[in-house]
Amino acid sequence: MLNLYGAEIASRLLLGTARYPSPAILTEAVQRSQTAIVTVSLRRETAGGRNGGGFFDMIRALGVRVLPNTAGCHGVSEAVLTAKMAREVFQTNWIKLEVIGNHDTLQPDVFGLVEAARILSGEGFEVFPYTTDDLVVAERLLEAGCKVLMPWCAPIGSAAGPLNLSALRAIRGHFPEVPLIVDAGIGRPSHAATVMELGFDAVLLNTAVAGAGDPVSMAEAFARAIEAGHQAFGAGMLEPREMAVPSTPVIGTAVFA
Amino acid sequence: MRLIINGEAQNICAKTLSELLSLMEYEGEWLATAVNGELVHREERAGHTLDENDRIEILTPMQGG
Repeated sequence: MLNLYGAEIASRLLLGTARYPSPAILTEAVQRSQTAIVTVSLRRETAGGRNGGGFFDMIRALGVRVLPNTAGCHGVSEAVLTAKMAREVFQTNWIKLEVIGNHDTLQPDVFGLVEAARILSGEGFEVFPYTTDDLVVAERLLEAGCKVLMPWCAPIGSAAGPLNLSALRAIRGHFPEVPLIVDAGIGRPSHAATVMELGFDAVLLNTAVAGAGDPVSMAEAFARAIEAGHQAFGAGMLEPREMAVPSTPVIGTAVFA
Repeated sequence: MRLIINGEAQNICAKTLSELLSLMEYEGEWLATAVNGELVHREERAGHTLDENDRIEILTPMQGG
């Protein structure tokens, strides 16, 4: 079972809650995916708390763990304050830490990320850092107190799939005991299966499900692909080779001429 | 008193943060508040007095990825 900051988690799929066609479809997608963790955000309220209140009630009714994020934060102080406000609302020390460094790629400002991770870890937060696939940054985040890493595999919402398998493989190889969750850039179930086959522990998705023609069915497809990839990693896969190897035994082959 | 509430300047007579929330009809356990970049916990709102040009953020849960 997946262990994140001491919590035993039954599913290896973490699901975002944004951009679904309707709240009903979001609810059904969460249920069908059997995810145990959903990500949520905080935003300025304009309706006296009624907008956020309705969403809050819906999320609580799902009966899953909540992982609040600091999405949209571009600086350390902004991210730290948002994390504190999220803890106030959701009553959890978990925080998906995003410190965005570039408007076009939405890639993390890894320097700010490490600094914010250190501050928040010192204040009792359990930080899930959205980071790049850079090995040295991963080391710094672990030194800063993170016990989980969430490298991207491609830019947020791009659906491009894993762009740098070597980098993901290197992170997995260097930190065999650290829970690794691929966050951002997954587009298809086969992408999710691929990163799970590398030995990653879980996948965090949003747009690939929410933007699908049938989000509920896609949520289930991803859940199956993630489990299949995880099982395959555990079962031990063959390494590819250049030349053919007969799968049928050669001994006893009939000779007709 | 001039206050910057969620990025917008407004003139509101409120001595404390909880009074401001009440005047603006903000309610619910899901609200998070900050004044001038510092978190103000729920239980501290009644005792948190406001000053001219304070920047107040009121956040609530929203969809996110």
